[in-house]
Amino acid sequence: MVTNSALKNTRTSRKRRPKVNHSKTSELMYDVLDESLRRAELNHNVTYAILFECVHTVYSIYPKAELLEKAAKCIGKFVLSPKINLKYLGLKALTYVVQQDPSLALQHQITIIECLDHPDPMIKRETLELLYRITNSQNVTVIVQKMLEYLHQSKEEYIIVNLVGKIAELAEKYAPDNAWFIQTMNAVFSVGGDVMHPDIPSNFLRLLAEGFDDEMEEQQLRLYAVQSYLNLLDMENVFYPQKFLQVMSWVLGEYSYLLDKEKPEEVISRLYKLLRNQSVSSETKAWLIAAVTKLTARAQASDTVERLIEEFSASLDTCMRQHAFELKHLHENVAVMRSLLPVSKSCEDMVVDASLSFLDGYVAEGLSQGAAPYKPHHQRQEEKLSQEKVLNFEPYGLSFSSSGFTGRQSPAGISLGSDVSGNSAETGLKEANGLKLEGVKKLWGKEGYLPRKESAAGQEVEAPPGAPGISASENLDRVAARRTQAQALTQSKEEKEKQLLASSLFVGLGSESAISLLGKADTVSHKFRRKSKVKEAKSGEASSAHNLTCSSLDSLSNTACEDNAYLTTLQDGEDAKSKDFPLSSELSDSESLSELPLAEKLSDFSLSAPSLFADSDMEIFQPLSSAAASVTTDTTSASCFLEETTEDTCSGCVEVCSDETVSVSSYKLWKDDCLLMVWSVSSKSGSEVKGANLDIFPAQNFKISKHPGCCLPVTEAGSTRNFQYSLQMEKSFTEENLSGFVNYQMVDTHSVQLEFSVNLSLLDFIRPLKISTEDFGKLWLSFANDVKQNIKISESQAALPSALKTLQQKLRLHVVDIQGDEGLLACRLLPSTSSLLHCRVHGDGLALWFRSSCPALLDYLSCQCQKAMEGS
Amino acid sequence: MIKFFLMVNKQGQTRLSKYYEHVDINRRTLLETEVIKSCLSRSSEQCSFIEYKDFKLIYRQYAALFIVVGVNDTENEMAIYEFIHNFVEVLDEYFSRVVSLLTEEW
Repeated sequence: MVTNSALKNTRTSRKRRPKVNHSKTSELMYDVLDESLRRAELNHNVTYAILFECVHTVYSIYPKAELLEKAAKCIGKFVLSPKINLKYLGLKALTYVVQQDPSLALQHQITIIECLDHPDPMIKRETLELLYRITNSQNVTVIVQKMLEYLHQSKEEYIIVNLVGKIAELAEKYAPDNAWFIQTMNAVFSVGGDVMHPDIPSNFLRLLAEGFDDEMEEQQLRLYAVQSYLNLLDMENVFYPQKFLQVMSWVLGEYSYLLDKEKPEEVISRLYKLLRNQSVSSETKAWLIAAVTKLTARAQASDTVERLIEEFSASLDTCMRQHAFELKHLHENVAVMRSLLPVSKSCEDMVVDASLSFLDGYVAEGLSQGAAPYKPHHQRQEEKLSQEKVLNFEPYGLSFSSSGFTGRQSPAGISLGSDVSGNSAETGLKEANGLKLEGVKKLWGKEGYLPRKESAAGQEVEAPPGAPGISASENLDRVAARRTQAQALTQSKEEKEKQLLASSLFVGLGSESAISLLGKADTVSHKFRRKSKVKEAKSGEASSAHNLTCSSLDSLSNTACEDNAYLTTLQDGEDAKSKDFPLSSELSDSESLSELPLAEKLSDFSLSAPSLFADSDMEIFQPLSSAAASVTTDTTSASCFLEETTEDTCSGCVEVCSDETVSVSSYKLWKDDCLLMVWSVSSKSGSEVKGANLDIFPAQNFKISKHPGCCLPVTEAGSTRNFQYSLQMEKSFTEENLSGFVNYQMVDTHSVQLEFSVNLSLLDFIRPLKISTEDFGKLWLSFANDVKQNIKISESQAALPSALKTLQQKLRLHVVDIQGDEGLLACRLLPSTSSLLHCRVHGDGLALWFRSSCPALLDYLSCQCQKAMEGS
Repeated sequence: MIKFFLMVNKQGQTRLSKYYEHVDINRRTLLETEVIKSCLSRSSEQCSFIEYKDFKLIYRQYAALFIVVGVNDTENEMAIYEFIHNFVEVLDEYFSRVVSLLTEEW
């Protein structure tokens, strides 16, 4: 039990140990340490363990004199103890101590010396460790000697590596004189041999090469080194480690010129002898021949060199052969050799003309004889690619480098790792740039089989609202045609689509794909709702569209006129004010005012449609409202789309449910911070609606709060009641259904309950994000998720401004900047998720690059963008 | 940090081994033989802490059984030494007559 608690104590004290130099923290420990040191009974081993920990802690934290004293005493007791374990501990503790307070070691020096010769190698090693730490220039020779002795005894690699490193360090730091240093290093190299750290010989050579301030010393050292190596090499039947031989050869090559007694030829002959030695590795041979080359520059012609060249020109080792040839050619031109291999200049860099201008003559000669000029690698690649019409491997990012945005380094600056992170489904689309697609109908898009999707969405008539030059009547025909197509396709195809969608989207995406998938699958039925808003928000192309849609209005008005009349009586009160609201988003004020008359008609239509067709097939509703809505959008085509209004934008009124007496319609107001839903309960007959009460079922994804007052200046006539709710998004979703019920009571009837449901989509919660180009750049770099997409757009849209307008108005994006054929857009998902879009027009397609912090939002946006562009 | 815990008898047979960091199966036997060799070659005069390769071995002999713990250099050797003894004491408490077993069987 004692042991247990003691061990725990040790552990806790260890945790506090790491270098704490902060005095305040250390102060906290002082008491505890004091206590422990005092209360230790020196009988049990455990106590010793604890004491050791305390001592160690004392020396690691901010020093305090008292504690240091006590710790020193404790260590003294350890070291002097007869128990060998304690001695070991004491020595180990001393190594910590001595770094701070070397005098303590002095007190026990006799013991330490005894330990040096202790029979137990562990003790010896620990003592050496201690000595290593107290080395200075006075005792270095002795200590190093002891270490070397130990080294000679031990055979274990780890020990050798360790000690050799230490000796080398000490030798370099504290060497008393050259001779000693060289001798020690020789010993180090012979013992350390090939297991030692490669830095050791490198440092040594560097030291020799760089030299000291005192030139004399320098030369002395080198001379001594050379001499000692020559002596070593003269010795017979001695094998040196390869690294040592390499060091020797380098030094001899560089500094043999310092010898006055011996001539270079003699050195060369010695080196040659080594070269022929079998035990020398090929790496060492390379070093040797390099040394010989250096020496040959200064040597008189000697047949040793000739023999050497001859022998190694035929060597099987290519490296040696190369060296031999170099030597041969250099040897023939002594002057060049002398200048090429200057004496003792190994630390200085040689200036070389990197452009190889001296070869210009040679090149010119070659060109004049008809050789092809040199093409740099880059150019060759390009030519190859353009010839073969292969897949375009050019990374997306690189192609932006030509545009030179300021503060927007993202596409070019961002590493191409973003390509890797990109959706693999997109890469297929990207490669579409290089694929030959003439005559190939675009059947497959990101959402799956396109014609089927279009027909399913034919309810909404993708074509009419935006596309210029298509009359509404044509649209209706197309709608009908598509509807039949839709009916032709079976349910199983939907399944297949979903799976294909899953497999194509799932790659490269996380689990969010599941959500977006579900969302998309549902959109089939709910699309018309969303599309109505989108259509309203869509930018107009040419003003010609205006005329066409006007005519469309006319044609439609025939069918709707009766309703118009019917409705105007009903909802006059409401409509009057609502007409003031522009039904399209992002219009400048001036434009919207001019729309008023049109808007009136529009609101009529949109309002008429629901009540007329509320109970019937919704499909027919769509063309009317969308066509109607497009009027306002088209007329604003002339407006500069970079201007945006800050006022809230409102959707048309959509009837959600009705019965004989009452109809409930809803408005959506896209405010800056939330989505405002206004439900208005109006009595069809014009009689008063009493006691109307509207309730919304709580939904998981929204935070619904009742909004007092009313944003719509709709008169609350006796026949209508308005209820306002503001919605905030809680969880991410793509499509959601919000349902509720209305309780109302007419004058002389009982109360009735009507249920309704409204569809909301993520698009309702997307708002434009107004930022500057610099901020865009910064934000761009901070987002981790991105998605890339290529959309084929029609000729009329090839101009970037129009494409951007489409996006801006359909999806409520804010256009940050346009430069040339690249554009930046930004939007924000309430409450605070931002998303950035960079588009570039090229050829007949639009390359989109989305970035955001939320991957699901990216998928959604890219899908919406595609729909928006395709629809227009 | 404790790297491994071994119980080896005098003949070099491993009675118990527990590794706290991954060592290949084939390398374990080699490790164990080397470890026991270095432990056996020590006399009682010498200290119980051995430096082996890049870590330390702390061993304790109980009759014919050696308990060896391999640690890295952040550990307090004495603490581990006592820990070994603690371990044996616990065994003794839990299974009585541990000490006598040690002398009998091995």
